[in-house]
Amino acid sequence: MKTPEEVYNILKEKFGEDVILSYDDSQPVEPVISVDPLKIHEVGKFLRDDENLLFDSLMVLSGVDDFNGKKVKDEEGNLKEEGRTLSVYYNLHSMKLNHKVLVRVSTPIEDPKVESVEHVWRTADWHEREAYDMYGIIFLNHHDLRRILMPDDWGERYPLRKDYEDPEYYNGMKVPY
Amino acid sequence: MALKTEELVLNMGPQHPSTHGVLRLLVELDGELVVNVKPIIGYLHRCFEKHCEALSYNQIVPYTDRLDYLASMSNNLSYVMGVEKLMGIQVPERVEYIRVIMAELQRIASHTVALGTYGLDIGAFTPFLFLFRDREKILDIFEATCGARLLYNYIWVGGLSHDIPDEFVPMVKKFIKEFRPTIEEVNELLSFNKIFIERTANIGVLPPDTAINYGITGPSLRGSGIKWDLRKNDPYSIYDRFDFDIPVGEGKVGTVGDSWDRYWVRMLEMEQSLRIIEQAIDNIPDGDVHEMVPKRIKAPKGNVYVRAENPKGELGFFILSDGKNNPFRVKVRPPSFVNLSVLGELSKGYLVADLIAILGSLDIVLGEIDR
Amino acid sequence: MGLLDKEFTDSNIIITKSEDLLNWARLSSLWQLTFGLACCAIEMMATSASHYDFDRFGVIPRPSPRQADVIIVSGTVTLKMASRIKRLYEQMPDPKYVISMGSCSNSGGPYWQYGYHVLKGVDRIIPVDVYVPGCPPRPEALLEGLLKLQEKIRHEKLAKQTA
Repeated sequence: MKTPEEVYNILKEKFGEDVILSYDDSQPVEPVISVDPLKIHEVGKFLRDDENLLFDSLMVLSGVDDFNGKKVKDEEGNLKEEGRTLSVYYNLHSMKLNHKVLVRVSTPIEDPKVESVEHVWRTADWHEREAYDMYGIIFLNHHDLRRILMPDDWGERYPLRKDYEDPEYYNGMKVPY
Repeated sequence: MALKTEELVLNMGPQHPSTHGVLRLLVELDGELVVNVKPIIGYLHRCFEKHCEALSYNQIVPYTDRLDYLASMSNNLSYVMGVEKLMGIQVPERVEYIRVIMAELQRIASHTVALGTYGLDIGAFTPFLFLFRDREKILDIFEATCGARLLYNYIWVGGLSHDIPDEFVPMVKKFIKEFRPTIEEVNELLSFNKIFIERTANIGVLPPDTAINYGITGPSLRGSGIKWDLRKNDPYSIYDRFDFDIPVGEGKVGTVGDSWDRYWVRMLEMEQSLRIIEQAIDNIPDGDVHEMVPKRIKAPKGNVYVRAENPKGELGFFILSDGKNNPFRVKVRPPSFVNLSVLGELSKGYLVADLIAILGSLDIVLGEIDR
Repeated sequence: MGLLDKEFTDSNIIITKSEDLLNWARLSSLWQLTFGLACCAIEMMATSASHYDFDRFGVIPRPSPRQADVIIVSGTVTLKMASRIKRLYEQMPDPKYVISMGSCSNSGGPYWQYGYHVLKGVDRIIPVDVYVPGCPPRPEALLEGLLKLQEKIRHEKLAKQTA
């Protein structure tokens, strides 16, 4: 059984500081390990296969809209938002060694790209499709990234983002109440 | 001259007599054998996660009822445990005992629907009626306690909505006495019936390592021989005080991990639930169920992931809070969503009728998959 | 109407209005399309089970819309499902009736405010005859809805209505 701090130290030793970004245990309940979004595939494989860690089950993969954009004035004096990120949280658990860890990746909202972990844990397949559907996060190397819950012709609108607005009509049906 | 053959794509559409809810299956057939199955979901997407960001913590509890509408008590319990862990609330003993009894009664009620409709899919009508008759008795107990038959909003953050009435304990004891003969009846009618065994044994065999890699949980995982139950392996509430077994599939009439095994695990689980209820019902301590219910819920900033053993598998809630009245993000990890993703693997090479048997044995409910 | 309920000992001639005869025949054997969407479907199944029998009113579940008279829309109607409901309704032969069961199909239900994918009431796409409120409605409420529908059919007229 390893604590999250020990897992963080093992990962930092193996991958280095520019892949394993930070460790945050200031808030309840679980500490968060931040990882680079384009390297999460290798980190995930190591987490699953290393004999001290053996994280063989991905409990849940959730997309989150951090809504942390700051409004700045650009050259013409217009207000523009920047710095807003979308994150993906991975809750991992080991059935054999009975320990848990929470890993997080963040990407900027203008170009959200995260490496897919579908080939490491098969359960990530549908969870990643849902994160794409709800937030617009593109998972690289996913074999079939398309909408799963919303209709296929919903367009470029991603419902769970904080600034989402309802369309007035969809295929002739009035959407708001 | 060679015959030109093509695969046929058959659409088992959202409205179909035996899909368990509005599920659409795109089945690619080679003659009568299934080559590939693609489930298409989203016909019941009710925007639960968007509602969670706009409502306060205790206003969300009725919406969690409607996720897996056959097991409302268990959904409530899982969500409420998460909020209590985040806020650091410790509920009184009486509340814990009543929650366990309600969760186990709910497990029996959910399994009666699963087994009854599974028999209906295969073609047996009578077990459906017998099991629903006993389900009505459980619904009467729930109605006497909180007034509702299907969606209760009973388990609140920090306690319960109503205390149990005086006739609760005699009603539950009467139910336990009357339910054991029903299990015997259904076993005689359905479980060891030759036709049922022909249609479900050796169909849809799920190997154990595929099951773990796909994240399958619940009776579908235990049907493949893996002894993993959250009530024993990662205990929550007061389950560690009770003595009960974890039934696993052993390949009694076919291979380990086939549809019959998943069905049989559910039958045995109902008996184990009766054991837990018998141990708990006589020992409910006194107390006040509204004592620790907070007047205003303001969770501290942070995150929590909590999971409970629902009748269909492991239901998890990942709650992110930023210190305000409403949660920042609530992500539901539904068991049926993950269990359904393995359908493509399981049904390669079987007939279309077997596909229905496999789908029924996975026991999915669309309210949970689509949220 | 009471004439048709009594037993006959000899061969007889009945004199009644053709409207009454046709309406009586239609309301006594309404075959429903099995169309359960969400939680209300479980209450509909409980109504068809043995405790609150639906069969004693002549209502049998039929899987195909071509053989059904009444469609009981039970559960939340989402935008993705709406086009399928419309198609099923158009496939049913006349005379056909619609019972909207539960708050979600009456008007969007608990999801009315923030549901971006929920159709706020099935009457935005198909015409509804009877609304049964509740979340979910008790089986007795659904039976009352069915009886109200039977009342409505009993008063139908064959002749063309002029204003």
